Amino acid sequence: MSAAPKTIPGAADRPFAFTAENQAEAERLIAKYPEGRTRSAVLPLLDLAQRQEGWVSRAVVEAVAKMAGVAPIMVWEVATFYTMYNLEPIGRFHIEVCTNLPCWLRGSEDVVRAARDVFGVDIGQTSADGLVTLSQAECLGACVNAPMAQIGDDYYEDLTYDRAKALFTAMKQGRTMHGGSQAGRRCSAPEGTLTTLTTDPTTPEGGRWIADSSPAAPGATADPR
Amino acid sequence: MPKLTIDGIEVEAEAGMTVMQAADLVGIEIPRFCYHERLSIAGNCRMCLVEVKPGPPKPQAACALPVAEGMQVWTQSDLARKARKGVMEFLLINHPLDCPICDQGGECDLQDQAMVFGSDRSRYREVKRSVTEKHLGPLVKTAMTRCIHCTRCVRFIREVAGVPELGMIGRGEHAEITSYVEQALTSELSGNIVDLCPVGALTSAPYAFHARPWELHKVESIDVLDAVGSAIRVDARGNAVMRVLPRLNEDINEEWLADKSRHAIDGLRYQRLDRPYVRENGTLRPASWEEALATVAGRLLSADPDRVAALAGDLADAEAMVLLKDLMDALGSPHRDCRQDGAVLDPHDRASWLFNPTIAGIEDADALLIIGADPRREAPILNARIRKRYAMGGFPIGVLGPATDLTYPVEDLGNDPHTLRALSSGSHAFWRVLTEAERPLVLVGMGALTRDDGAAVMGYARRLAETVGAIGDDWTGFGVLHTAAARVGGLEVGFVPGPGGRDTAGILEGAGSGAVEVVYLLGADEIDMDALGEAFVIYQGHHGDAGANRADVILPGAAYTEKTATYVNTEGRMQRTWLTVHPPGEAREDWKIIRALSSALEKPLAQGTLEAVRARLAAISPIFAPGNEGRVVPAEYRATHRGFSGRLDGAPFVSPVSNYYQTDPISRASRTMAACTDVYINGKTGAGKRTGTDG
Repeated sequence: MSAAPKTIPGAADRPFAFTAENQAEAERLIAKYPEGRTRSAVLPLLDLAQRQEGWVSRAVVEAVAKMAGVAPIMVWEVATFYTMYNLEPIGRFHIEVCTNLPCWLRGSEDVVRAARDVFGVDIGQTSADGLVTLSQAECLGACVNAPMAQIGDDYYEDLTYDRAKALFTAMKQGRTMHGGSQAGRRCSAPEGTLTTLTTDPTTPEGGRWIADSSPAAPGATADPR
Repeated sequence: MPKLTIDGIEVEAEAGMTVMQAADLVGIEIPRFCYHERLSIAGNCRMCLVEVKPGPPKPQAACALPVAEGMQVWTQSDLARKARKGVMEFLLINHPLDCPICDQGGECDLQDQAMVFGSDRSRYREVKRSVTEKHLGPLVKTAMTRCIHCTRCVRFIREVAGVPELGMIGRGEHAEITSYVEQALTSELSGNIVDLCPVGALTSAPYAFHARPWELHKVESIDVLDAVGSAIRVDARGNAVMRVLPRLNEDINEEWLADKSRHAIDGLRYQRLDRPYVRENGTLRPASWEEALATVAGRLLSADPDRVAALAGDLADAEAMVLLKDLMDALGSPHRDCRQDGAVLDPHDRASWLFNPTIAGIEDADALLIIGADPRREAPILNARIRKRYAMGGFPIGVLGPATDLTYPVEDLGNDPHTLRALSSGSHAFWRVLTEAERPLVLVGMGALTRDDGAAVMGYARRLAETVGAIGDDWTGFGVLHTAAARVGGLEVGFVPGPGGRDTAGILEGAGSGAVEVVYLLGADEIDMDALGEAFVIYQGHHGDAGANRADVILPGAAYTEKTATYVNTEGRMQRTWLTVHPPGEAREDWKIIRALSSALEKPLAQGTLEAVRARLAAISPIFAPGNEGRVVPAEYRATHRGFSGRLDGAPFVSPVSNYYQTDPISRASRTMAACTDVYINGKTGAGKRTGTDG
C-alpha cells in the first residue's frame, strides 16, 4: 500500500467528462440505488472513470461527486482509502506483482527483476516510454499458482524469471498476451497428472479420502493398539 | 424498556439507547474520545470498551452497543481496564509527547485519560509518524501529528455545520484529517471543532500560545455580538479577556458558539475609548469626566428639549437604555429610538417583534418560510437549529429573499417581495405547504423590515402566518429574527419615540435640517453619520468607531465583558452578562455614566444602585423581574394589523449582514475578524499564513 498523497494531485488542469457510452453506464449505476442513497454509487463510478482515464484525477473526483450528489471530500476519502484507485497517472499497462509470503517464497522477486530487466523500472515507477507502471500488490488470492502478477484485469500465474521476461517482452513488442497460468496449467489443476482423487468417485470408497492412520486404510490393523 | 445492569446497578433504558447512554443515565462515566452525544456514532477510538455478558468473550465498544434486556455490563472490570490500557498504548504510539508546548495541555482528554489508563513508559521503539499541518483558515490551527482520528471534527462539520469540507483520507497509518484541496473551512461555526477535538490537533489560532487554562479566571456570561444571546464563558487573565468558550444552554446554543462570538474578543483590546474626550477647534482632546459631563450638561440644558434626541445602538444594555430614556423624559424630549436600522416594529405589540416560537421550538415546527433573512450570517446558532430540524426530516423550508447557501436545501421562492401577496392570499404553491403543516413557522428577518415598505412586509407576513394556521393556542409560528443584541431590550424598556417624538429617520432628518440640535448616541455606530449635519453629538460607547469619530463629546463606556448588564435576546429571553474584567482607563459602566450625567444636569435620577436600576426595569416590564432571568416570557399574539400596511416595493430583500465577521464596533476592531474578512469575504487565500515580511 502506498501512502496517501498529501494533497490532491493534478489540479483541475485536465477536464474530465465521461464518454457518451460511459455516461450511460454511469447513469445506470446510479439508478441502481434509491433516491438519497446515490452515495453508494461512488465506488463503481470511480472505477468506471479510472477505466476511461487510467487514474483518478481531481477532475474525476469532482465529476463523480457531482453525479453522486456528495461533497468532493467524500469521494476523495473513498478514492484514497482503496488502493486499487490510482491517484497518479500510470502507464498503459499496470503490472501489479504480488509480493506477499506465498508468492515471495515461490520467487516473486524474480518477477520484479524480470520487469526491471525488460522495462528498466522499479516498484512504484512508470517506464520512460509510458508503457508500464510496476506496483507491488498485497495478496491477490492466487497463491495456488504463485508467484503471480495482475496486469490490467487479468492474472498471470506460475511466473518464473524466464516466463515473466517472455511475458513482458511480448507486452513490449505489442504481441498478444495470454492470461492465466504461464506454465500451461488449466486453472489450478496440478501440473502433469493427478496426484490425488485418483480413485473412481463412483465406488463407495472412491470419493472418500481415507487417512493412512484410519482403520479403514489398506493394510491397517483393526486395532491400532 | 430493556433493563440491564451496569457495574451492578440496575438501569432501565429506552430501547435503542446505547450502553454508553444508559451508563450516563446513572452517572457512570465511560471514557471516550470519538463519541459525542450531539454527533453521529463513529465507534473508532475504542476507548469505551466494556465487558458485556451475554456476548462474545471480548470487550465491546459501549458507544455503539445497543442495550438489550438482561444485559450485564462491567465498566471497571479487569478485562475492560486492560482493554482500555491497550487502546491507550496504541493511541500514544504515534502521539507526540509535546504536551509542554501544546495549547491543549491542561484541558486535554488524552492527557487526562492517559493519567488513568496510560503506562509510564512506552514499549514502542520505532519512529513516530509525522503529518503535515493543514490550512483550515484563520481560526483553526492544526498540529495534525497529534490527531488520534476520532473524526469528531469531520462529523461536526458535516452534520451540525452542514458544510462537508473535512474528511479523513487514506487508511491505516496513513490516515489524515484534511479539508478538500486544503481550503479554509467556510463555516461560521468552525471554532467549535477546536472544542470538540479531544487532543491538541485542532487548537484556536488566535489564542495560540497566549495562556494556559489554569492561569485564567472563568466567568459565566452571555454573548451580545448577535441577537441570539449564546451562553458563554469568558476566560480572562489579569485584566485581559483571553478567550470565550460556549457554555451549555439547551434553549439557545446547545453547546456551540458562532465564530464571531468566540473570536472577535481581540477587538476588546483595540480602538478602546479609555477616557472622555471633548472636541475643540475641530479635534478631539482628552478631558476629565467633570469637564466632559459639564460640557454635555451645558449643551443639553441650553437646547430646547424638543431639539434634543437620543439613539441607542446595537450593543446597548437595558440598564443604560432605561436610564437614558428616563433622562430624556426628565429633560422633556420625546425623541429617542433604539431601532437605529429603522426596522418597522410596533413597540406596543411584543409578539410582533419577538421570535415567538423560541429557538428550541424550531425543532417542533414542521414547515418554515424565511422572509428576507439570511440566518446563516445573521444568527449562525439559530441556523444550526434550523439545520438540526431539517436533519430530522419532514421539514420543507422556503426562502423568500437572497439566495445564499444556508447549509440545508431550501425551496427558493425568488426574491420579489410581491410574492408575499400571492403567499398571503393563498395563490402560491408554498402556501399549501405551510397550510398542510401542523406547526408552520414564518421567520421574518431584518432584511425585510428595515426597508421603506417594512410595514407592508410585516403586514403581509403576519396575515400569512394567521391564514396558514401558524397562530394557535400552543404554537405561535411567527418569529422576527433580530440582528442586534440591544434591539429587543430597547423595545422592552420602551426606548422608542414618545408622544410626538421622532424615530431614527426623523432624528437624522431633523439633525440634518437643524431641527435637532443635540444627538445623544448610546453606542449607535451603524447610522449615517453624515446625516447628523451640524448637530452636537454626544457619543457614549466603548470603541472608537463611526460614532466616536463624529462625536463632539465622548463618554467612555464598558463593553459586555466589563459590566454586569441586562440584554434580551431575539426570543425575548432576559439574560445578564457578568463583569469579567474592568473597563479600561477611566471608562465606566454605562448606567453609571448616565446617572452621573443626570446629576450634572441637576435632574438626578432616583436610581443610584444597579439593584435600583433593575427594579426600575422590572417596573417597566415584568420580563425584567429577577425570577425571569434566562426565561422567555411568552407574548400574546394579537391578530391586528394596525400600522402594518402600505404598498410593497419591488426591490429585492437584502440581508443587513453583508459581512458576518464585521457587524459591530467590537468585531470591526478585531484583527482576527479582519483576517476572516480577508479570507472569507474578500477571497484572499493564504491570509492565515504569515511570511514574516508582511509587517
